[in-house]
Amino acid sequence: MLSVLTAALVVAVVASLFLGSAHLSPSAVVSALSGRAAPESIERVVTLSIRLPRIVAAVLAGGALAVAGVAFQALTRNPLAEPSVLGISAGAAFGVVIGQSFGLGLTLREALGLTAFAFAGALLAAGAVYVIAAFGRGLSIQTLLLAGVIVGIFFSSAITVVISLLDFNRLGGVVHWLLGNLAPIPSGALALFACLAAVGFALVVTHARELNLMALGEESLQQLGVAADRLKLTIFLAAALLTASVVAFVGPIGFVGLIVPHVLRILLGSDNRLLVPAALVGGGIFLLFADTVARSIVAPAELSVGVITSFFGAPFFIYLLRTRYRPNL
Amino acid sequence: MLAELRDVSFAYPASAERRERPFALAGLTLEIAPGEIVGVIGPNSSGKTTLIRLLTRVLEPDAGEVRLDGVPVRRMSRAELARRVAVVPQGTVPQFPFTVGELVLMGRYPHDPGRYFESARDHAVAREAMEATGVRELADLPLEHLSGGERQRAVIAKALAQEPRLLVLDEPTAHLDLRYQVEAATLLRRLNRERGMGILLVSHDLNLAAEVCDRLLLLRAGRAAALGAPEAVLDPALLAAVYGCEVVVDKSETTRRPVVRLTWKEVRDTR
Repeated sequence: MLSVLTAALVVAVVASLFLGSAHLSPSAVVSALSGRAAPESIERVVTLSIRLPRIVAAVLAGGALAVAGVAFQALTRNPLAEPSVLGISAGAAFGVVIGQSFGLGLTLREALGLTAFAFAGALLAAGAVYVIAAFGRGLSIQTLLLAGVIVGIFFSSAITVVISLLDFNRLGGVVHWLLGNLAPIPSGALALFACLAAVGFALVVTHARELNLMALGEESLQQLGVAADRLKLTIFLAAALLTASVVAFVGPIGFVGLIVPHVLRILLGSDNRLLVPAALVGGGIFLLFADTVARSIVAPAELSVGVITSFFGAPFFIYLLRTRYRPNL
Repeated sequence: MLAELRDVSFAYPASAERRERPFALAGLTLEIAPGEIVGVIGPNSSGKTTLIRLLTRVLEPDAGEVRLDGVPVRRMSRAELARRVAVVPQGTVPQFPFTVGELVLMGRYPHDPGRYFESARDHAVAREAMEATGVRELADLPLEHLSGGERQRAVIAKALAQEPRLLVLDEPTAHLDLRYQVEAATLLRRLNRERGMGILLVSHDLNLAAEVCDRLLLLRAGRAAALGAPEAVLDPALLAAVYGCEVVVDKSETTRRPVVRLTWKEVRDTR
């Protein structure tokens, strides 16, 4: 099953290389990929400097968000938990906007700074959600979602405040990023993105067996021999890192972490040892697909990929809430 | 001794939401011999669940000591503890559709926490545990498709897969049909007989406890009100004082064990 998914990802990546608003013939793309095209030729620039980085960014971001979704779901024992639903994306976005207002961009060093801001924002938001939800003793589904919504709204407002104080010339870029878009990222920053996503993924996937036990509840987790607090902290930090890196590099893209794990659970079951790697691949496919839709549906203009995922995600969330949600077990 | 609580006291930290005085277990001593079935009974919030948490080091006692096979639990690793004591918690179902087989395999975790995928032996032990509780045929079904009784047996199979020397059950018959109470009693007695496994049964159900247990501990507000053979502990006057209502104790026609019945007389306030 995992190999089927991986094959699908490869097909999607190759197909995306050949698709785009610049009309390139397949042979032109092939010559660019094989290095036979002239250095400054249109096919070379479009294929290697525009399409390829965008595809890599989409695959990384989609995979990271889906893995973060699985991690937050295991952590909260709640299939509806996800970085944007929990308000954690909004917290990370607030951090990034602060960073951007200091003039940080996407050169390698500045990107590192932006990610740090995003990580701090994500931790802040996650901490706030936890404190609010824990008031009601135990993280019940209702309080957790409510806390996520409240924290999300709060940070969105905070972002609006920062933006209104911002220099008008910088505004366009910030807003464009806020909607979530996969505009080509410089290769140094892209490599950093890949490293951060890899660290987050590695932390989650190596604890996948323990994540399964987490579904039984905190007390059973300890009674089965797991150091629960350390596990929760590790997964929490990993999921926050994944969220923060996506938000820093491509913006707050919603609902990927909800849709992808849910579909994969139907196909593969709940075992996180299978689900986590599958989410990495499946998330990549999904966001690549969403980005292709975003680029082509109103061509020659482009929509932000975050708009597409939200259009898919919001109804999906409602559907899950109506069907999969079992209150007070 | 398989398990012993020596003069154990515990108080939950005071908190803003809890208006009543924080609850405590006070000076509790209990010994469980290998292969013995001990029941813990008592009214709500008399400390039954706290006792399980102390035994499995989810909580640490403020005073006294908990030992398994003579070794203090605070000196054991969590995995070591989980290889000796398995808990069947009160019925909760994961929000995620794990299958019966996956659930039972989770019980193998403490035997090799460093391992990523279960070994052939883990699978064999899990299969055997599912057979013992009669859920082998349900192995590939998601837990949510099971009846309450089947689900309970799946959770017991998970505990058996831990290969514990002491099996702890927290209210195993809560919310389940009458028929399941007979089923549970039969299953527990068989597991005890065939595996020589010690059992600690925490239950509201006095008759289930009387039926399967060698000894009973009656708790009242964190203290032992009585400890001994079911016939001695299930004394009408003592139960009336602890539970605050009048009961009649008969003897079962079939098993000669005590049977507790309510008289349904008006409750007088003993607090």
